[in-house]
Amino acid sequence: MPFIPHTEEDVSAMLGAIGAASIEDLFDEIPPALKTGKLKDVPDGLPEMAVARLMQERASQDGFWSSFIGAGVYEHHIPAAIWQITTRGEFYSAYTPYQAEASQGTLQLIYEYQTMMTRLTGLDVSNASLYDGASALAEAVLMAVRSHKTSRRVLVPKTVHPIYRRVVDTTVRNQGIELVELDYDPATGQTVLPADPGSFAGVVIPQPNFFGVLEDVHAMTDWAHDKGALAIALVNPTTLAVLEAPGNWGQTGADIAVGEGQPLGAPMASGGPYFGFMCCRQTFVRQMPGRIVGRTVDLDGKPGFTLTLQAREQHIRRSKATSNICTNQGLVVTAATQYMALLGPQGLAKVASASHAGTVALADKMAAIAGVTRAFTSPFFHEVVLKLDDNAKDVLRALRAQGILGGLDISGWYPELGQAILVCVTETKTAADLDHFVQHMERILSKRREAPPCAYKS
Amino acid sequence: MKYNPRACNSLAMLPQFLARHPASPDETGQGFLASMFELQEMLKDVTGMAGVSMAPMAGAHGEFAGVAMIRAYHDARGDNARREIIVPDAAHGTNPATATMCGYTVKEIPTDATGSVDLAALRAAVGPHTAGLMLTNPSTLGVFEKTIADIQQIVHDAGGLLYYDGANLNAILGKVRPGDMGFDVIHMNLHKTFSTPHGGGGPGAGPVGVAERLLPFMPIPLVLNENGFYRLATEADLPQSIGRMSANMGNAGVLMRAYVYARLLGREGMHRVAEYATLNANYLMARLRAAGFDLAFPERRASHEFIVTLKKLKDTTGVSAMDFAKRLLDYGYHAPTTYFPMLVPECLLIEPTETESRETIDGFVEAMIAIKREAETSPDLVKGAPYSLPVRRLDDVRAARELDLAYKPAA
Repeated sequence: MPFIPHTEEDVSAMLGAIGAASIEDLFDEIPPALKTGKLKDVPDGLPEMAVARLMQERASQDGFWSSFIGAGVYEHHIPAAIWQITTRGEFYSAYTPYQAEASQGTLQLIYEYQTMMTRLTGLDVSNASLYDGASALAEAVLMAVRSHKTSRRVLVPKTVHPIYRRVVDTTVRNQGIELVELDYDPATGQTVLPADPGSFAGVVIPQPNFFGVLEDVHAMTDWAHDKGALAIALVNPTTLAVLEAPGNWGQTGADIAVGEGQPLGAPMASGGPYFGFMCCRQTFVRQMPGRIVGRTVDLDGKPGFTLTLQAREQHIRRSKATSNICTNQGLVVTAATQYMALLGPQGLAKVASASHAGTVALADKMAAIAGVTRAFTSPFFHEVVLKLDDNAKDVLRALRAQGILGGLDISGWYPELGQAILVCVTETKTAADLDHFVQHMERILSKRREAPPCAYKS
Repeated sequence: MKYNPRACNSLAMLPQFLARHPASPDETGQGFLASMFELQEMLKDVTGMAGVSMAPMAGAHGEFAGVAMIRAYHDARGDNARREIIVPDAAHGTNPATATMCGYTVKEIPTDATGSVDLAALRAAVGPHTAGLMLTNPSTLGVFEKTIADIQQIVHDAGGLLYYDGANLNAILGKVRPGDMGFDVIHMNLHKTFSTPHGGGGPGAGPVGVAERLLPFMPIPLVLNENGFYRLATEADLPQSIGRMSANMGNAGVLMRAYVYARLLGREGMHRVAEYATLNANYLMARLRAAGFDLAFPERRASHEFIVTLKKLKDTTGVSAMDFAKRLLDYGYHAPTTYFPMLVPECLLIEPTETESRETIDGFVEAMIAIKREAETSPDLVKGAPYSLPVRRLDDVRAARELDLAYKPAA
């Protein structure tokens, strides 16, 4: 089913107009020696019905799980209207809004998205989105270095998601930028600011951090500014409905805020597509990467929307552009804008509070089980690290046999924590779900204590 | 911009697929991972590359992965003097921007009068500093680089690697493979060639393919098949990898749509993509030429796209390519790309794709003819376009000077 509408009559008439004898003749500028024979590994085409059957079987094979994994991607309820509207042809199949007059719907939507993101983060401007949270953090690091006159060092706490740190490293490695790790206090799980950091362009401030722990963002922001560096907030947008906006951190606020947009209406879907958001102070707008939509007027003075500040971008500036990025995650932003509009500030605050209340309840119940303790003493939000006196991998596998994905094993990334899992609860979990999880955890741990662990050898 | 089959969307959005957390164990995603693995294998076949990683989330992201791999390759050999990437002047802006992000300096080479890479200039440009050449083929000018074998030889003899920008892969899908042309590393735009939706500007997907010698440097994750068990490769599997490009597995849902598209098309369908995309482009080009439009490279075959230059029209009537494009909107056609590539003055880059019918193309030709007549008889009408859309011509200069990027209620 190649989705080609031509009849044989069309083809012969078209070849006649071209003056070619066959379609093959149209490839006469390609050296014959290079031409491909038959493709080998592409199977025969299937009718839609057969592909549907195949995909349904594969979906059933993957099934549904009771998941308590978070780590930057959260299972929130997505109102049914959102993706039905988002996948309408006008949004789904629309081209990039280069012809502004023919793309006012898309452009106004992005302008509204930018507006909502500035309200959430308390900063002046937002771009039209980047690929995901990790790549947005990488772009923020580059932006901080561009904005700083002298230093090419950026401080990145160990409490930032380990994969985010790797993505940043992949992105900035070849640009002579030094990433300096900041340790955390093993008791509190909060970042420790070094006494003598040397000169640096920016510091990343995660809130909540990867452990779910709340950092002292006010002190960190002021410390960065005191050292002449930029404060880069890395935030979960859902939590901003109840936590302090980055624009209000410390005396003068963070300079850049980035994060993963997935919690705002994007399904988890094995990893994407999501979107990264980026907001900053007005001062830095010309250093910001990515598309930006602005409001202007038409010939008659009527308000309208268009892509703007394109002099920063690769198609104009080429090798001197702020980034090579030439896209935004438009369709997911379409969903996120509706999600925020449908929930409103109160709805988003309810989602955040319910998620956090669930996490607190779970953490308390878990901590009451023999062999489970909370890793850190400090306040957390919506996610928590639990230490086990047993092998985390084995325990998670035993939970999986009960249909439960009981969190993320972070012992490999943070060996100093011993056997530790990162667990999150969102508003989608009921009290019964929590009890089910806790009961199985208790049963598994106690059973494994009775039976020798070698019986469960992996 | 081709038709985005609805089945691709509905099957990628089956509830179990949407509900799966990316950090779930591989055991809970064998259906998803099997689909990803098979897509990876199909992409290898259609591009002729030894390995494919689907980690990059857009074309430019794929470019970054590709050039970073070129750099990792030279660095691993201790070949540290190679600090230049060569880019034709007609290249997409992402090419030089990417080279810069990878710490390279950019050397531009000119295009000759027939739209091909200037071989003499390329020979003069390469040397011990050459890390690689980034090339789009068919080029951004819509023509196939006939001397690709020579280009390949020149770059490789100088010790550089050859990068393929897959923006125009649709023109040759199932006809010629970048791997057979001698490219060492490529990216593909699945939102172009594999018909995943543009979504008003994204998300796309930009998988990269590599030749044998770059296999160890591929970005992670990619999908491994171990006796029928599918799992995501990690740092332990590819210790020399350039690393990770996203927090999870790229734009997984976009890849799922591409997978469904590939299964619907199958082998025969893929061979037909390039054939009918090329037929449509050459037909449209022939009709516009007959209607008196100037082609940028009249002596060349079109690939799946071609360039019309309105320079004469601009000189005689004052109507620019931009005016012309805006007037097309009134006629119900989304304007083609304007003012790119920059070396052709007052240009329209026209790319119909294989999914447009002859009837649609004929309608477009009629609109082009009508607008040309309007430009000759009443140029001010065209210069004032559009008239039929929610807004008239927007003031871009004001948008950039008096920045209004977020709504603020009046105080």
